[in-house]
Amino acid sequence: MTVPIQCAPDETFVLNLGPQHPATHGVLRVKLTMDGEYIVKAEPVLGYIHRMHEKMAEDGTFAQYMPNTPRMDYLSALSYNQGYVMAVERAAGIEVPERAEYIRTITVELNRISSHLLWFGAFVLDLGGFTPLLYAFDDREQILDLLEHVTGSRLTYCYYRFGGVYNDIDDEFITGTREFIKRLRSRLPSLYHDLVTGNIILIKRLKDIGFIDADMCRRYGATGPVLRGAGVEFDIRRNEPYSVYPELDFDIPCYPEGDSMARYMVRMDEIEQSLRIIEQALDKLPDGPVQAKVPKVLKPAAGDCYTVVEAARGTFGCRLVCDGTKNPYRLKLRSPTYSNLSLFGEVAEGMLLADALAVMGSLDLVIPEIDR
Amino acid sequence: MDTSIWQPILYLIGIMAFAGLNAAYLGWCERKGAGHVQRRIGPKEVGPYGLLQPLADGIKLMTKQLLVPQGVDGILFRVAPILAMIPAITSMVAIPFSPNIQARSIDLSVLLIFALASIGMMAVLIGGWASNNKYAMISATRAVSQNIAYEIPMLIMVITVVMMTGSMNLEDIAAKQQGGFWNWNIFPVAGESVAQALIMPVAFLIFFICSIAETNRAPFDMAEAESELIAGHMTEYGSMGFGLFMMGEYLNIVVGACLTTILFLGGWDCPLGLLPGVWWFLLKIYILIFTFIWIRWTYPRTQIYKLLNLSWKVLIPFSLGILLLTAIFIKVEGFLI
Repeated sequence: MTVPIQCAPDETFVLNLGPQHPATHGVLRVKLTMDGEYIVKAEPVLGYIHRMHEKMAEDGTFAQYMPNTPRMDYLSALSYNQGYVMAVERAAGIEVPERAEYIRTITVELNRISSHLLWFGAFVLDLGGFTPLLYAFDDREQILDLLEHVTGSRLTYCYYRFGGVYNDIDDEFITGTREFIKRLRSRLPSLYHDLVTGNIILIKRLKDIGFIDADMCRRYGATGPVLRGAGVEFDIRRNEPYSVYPELDFDIPCYPEGDSMARYMVRMDEIEQSLRIIEQALDKLPDGPVQAKVPKVLKPAAGDCYTVVEAARGTFGCRLVCDGTKNPYRLKLRSPTYSNLSLFGEVAEGMLLADALAVMGSLDLVIPEIDR
Repeated sequence: MDTSIWQPILYLIGIMAFAGLNAAYLGWCERKGAGHVQRRIGPKEVGPYGLLQPLADGIKLMTKQLLVPQGVDGILFRVAPILAMIPAITSMVAIPFSPNIQARSIDLSVLLIFALASIGMMAVLIGGWASNNKYAMISATRAVSQNIAYEIPMLIMVITVVMMTGSMNLEDIAAKQQGGFWNWNIFPVAGESVAQALIMPVAFLIFFICSIAETNRAPFDMAEAESELIAGHMTEYGSMGFGLFMMGEYLNIVVGACLTTILFLGGWDCPLGLLPGVWWFLLKIYILIFTFIWIRWTYPRTQIYKLLNLSWKVLIPFSLGILLLTAIFIKVEGFLI
């Protein structure tokens, strides 16, 4: 029901959505020009929690910047950790042992599931359903326990090291992960799909609302589930494989509809695919060291490199410029949510307020990652 | 009924106590109910089973400052929360809890309750308007359009029941349904026409949906859609202003459940004949209230235009059809038997 409407400018009013608003999940402000309940213009205003992450990288050594990476996207921290570590490894020419790569894959996919579960809960909360949030948190809690066991922290994991991982995983983690896979597989159809996906109210709120087509994604650089929900089968794990993804068998969920429902379904399917990836990686897990020999003070040769990983929200890119000293010369971060949010203004035009907030929820925004 | 001076006073105290207890403890029930739906415990720290939680909430709300923000319409801003509470309590006057527990048997009690319910909606409108807040204003306009849309099918269903029972007195309506659940208006198999028994469950369903929408409960809580409008018309209210709005909301649910019980579920009629009628009446309303809570914590919220579409395009045509059929069944005796 997105009917474009025409109205005189003096009949509109400005509604400040945020920086403190229950639907923005953080300090995002959207300046809405409204005509009644219809949005005439939506301008996202950023910068409320800018922390100069890129500048901080230049001021410390390569290792000192490590704890900053999970603080960008606190929900899928390991992807960001991995992206940065991969960039430094490429610059310094460090080979990562295979076991470490498998452990990275297992943990990062667990993190992806936990991120999608939280998004699921928060998204249904945006639509006014409170209960699924707690079911999702219940499952997410299991992942946090597992990851806490190996990484030592529950949210902002700083687990990867240049050339490996901090800790080897043990049998307790492996059996716990296998049990979790079983548990989530049994809960997904009943607690998630029967209760929420098949709900007529949810379907009516998501279907045919908030169209984002492939062309718009290209113009704004949107990636991740937003792009796959627009029918483009693009996933860094498949298109520019890194780590051990080429050796694993998984599908890229892709829905051509381009509405909020498509984005919802992409993420729900990705949870299942991530479970598949973890299961295979656990089966193939080789023995060996988890940490390569790396010099204490890292001084990569002058030059620059760019690495991309598929984070839970899309493509996370790290461009690292080195000048031969022990500090990075420049670190440019490309975060997916920033691009995904940019298209909100165009999508929201002519929409009703409640629908626009549903679309915003379907973009899966994490504000600290936009502002960095 | 004797007309001693004590009787009205007794009823006044009784109704105030019933209303106050319900308003406070439905909040507790809601939180416990939500807790069970969500597989957690709910309030448990304050008193046994958290039973003193409403008291603690009350003390907290009353001791806070009633903040009146700049630029609001001072009088209307203060009047609105009171207006949310008064009509709901007043409605209790006309509700027969059992054949001999009723404050006043009013001939047009159905009409009285609906008139008061409309005044209750004014509280949302006034509160939203006086708050000088855009979210509150949007909420107020939503509440009014929703109220208009849902009062029509609801009243048509009431007219249907009134036509069947031939009275607008709630006591008479309940009295006509005595003697077992086959006499209840929800499925009156023992009535004059079997065909009537087939359409009445639909009528009950329409009435129940409308009463959810009338009381602003999820999935129709457009007026206080917290993920869109923060707290809707209550955004600018703190302390007891907010408390009164909440209590008014719960009382409206009680009144809605009472009306549904009397109009469709036989009032104080007991299917088994075990306990006095008033307990059956209370049992029925609390089952209905539990259903309200259950629905709220299960479904996501609808959209305002879908809500209006549901009323104008589905419920109103259906309810008009039911009204027409009822009229035919009553006029043509023995129709389709």
